[in-house]
Amino acid sequence: MLVTIRLFARLRELAGRAELSQVLPEPSTVRNAWDATVNEFPALAAYGSSISAAVNADYARFTEQLKDGDEVAFLPPVSGGEGRARRPHHV
Amino acid sequence: MRRDWVAATGLSGTSGGYTEIVEPAEPVSQGPASTEPSVPGRHALSPDPLDPLAIAGSVTSDAKGALTTFIGLVRDRNAGQRVRWIDYEAHVPLARTVFARIGREVGERWPEAELAIHHRTGRVAIGEASVVIAAASAHRADAFAACRFAIERVKQIAPVWKHEYFEGGEVWIEGATADPDDEAALRTAMERACS
Repeated sequence: MLVTIRLFARLRELAGRAELSQVLPEPSTVRNAWDATVNEFPALAAYGSSISAAVNADYARFTEQLKDGDEVAFLPPVSGGEGRARRPHHV
Repeated sequence: MRRDWVAATGLSGTSGGYTEIVEPAEPVSQGPASTEPSVPGRHALSPDPLDPLAIAGSVTSDAKGALTTFIGLVRDRNAGQRVRWIDYEAHVPLARTVFARIGREVGERWPEAELAIHHRTGRVAIGEASVVIAAASAHRADAFAACRFAIERVKQIAPVWKHEYFEGGEVWIEGATADPDDEAALRTAMERACS
């Protein structure tokens, strides 16, 4: 199946891409899509334990099954959340 | 669009170069269906300056005796640094879904409340509004609580990221991983709303 991957904020910067296509075997989950994306952009690996995912503009679990044509978004921690951290770079 | 309250203040929602918020012509339904779409005019993201008066006016009606607004502003200092501006990046379609979800969460807890959430995207200057929340209800306790609950939920789960530019550098502000089903986060929002 062919899915569209969207990356936001720091993830987008690390990958140098806001959007890409991934060909995934059937069946595949959100987790499989993330693993394929990290494989292509290893710099994203450090975010693996702190990201959220959305499929077709709604939050999704990493166990959710994907279907052909889905748009999968990976989201770094949101700015308003508790436990605020600053990640300085280019300083 | 309902502009009675705004008109009564004698203040125009279009002054100062602000963008007028257009209310949909059809009545707003707050039904329980989980697939309820976001409502233009109620759940919005835009690179244009926010107009708090127009947003507040969009939730009032003759049955509402209380109207509260929360306006989040970009401040000039953060973590000991002098801030120059903030770029807001959002997953806009998901954010609209999340704003509609927060509207449902408010409706379940304060059935009389009407809520609007507007968030700015792109570059926002010091002193400008980045987010406006308006809550109207029959009485002030519900209006205050619904408004506070809504901004806490926006902070917890809205897919919006702050890229802060300060003197000497820039930084992405990252908090907690967003999880709309996190019951502990919901309880925290409720406690803050009702404290």
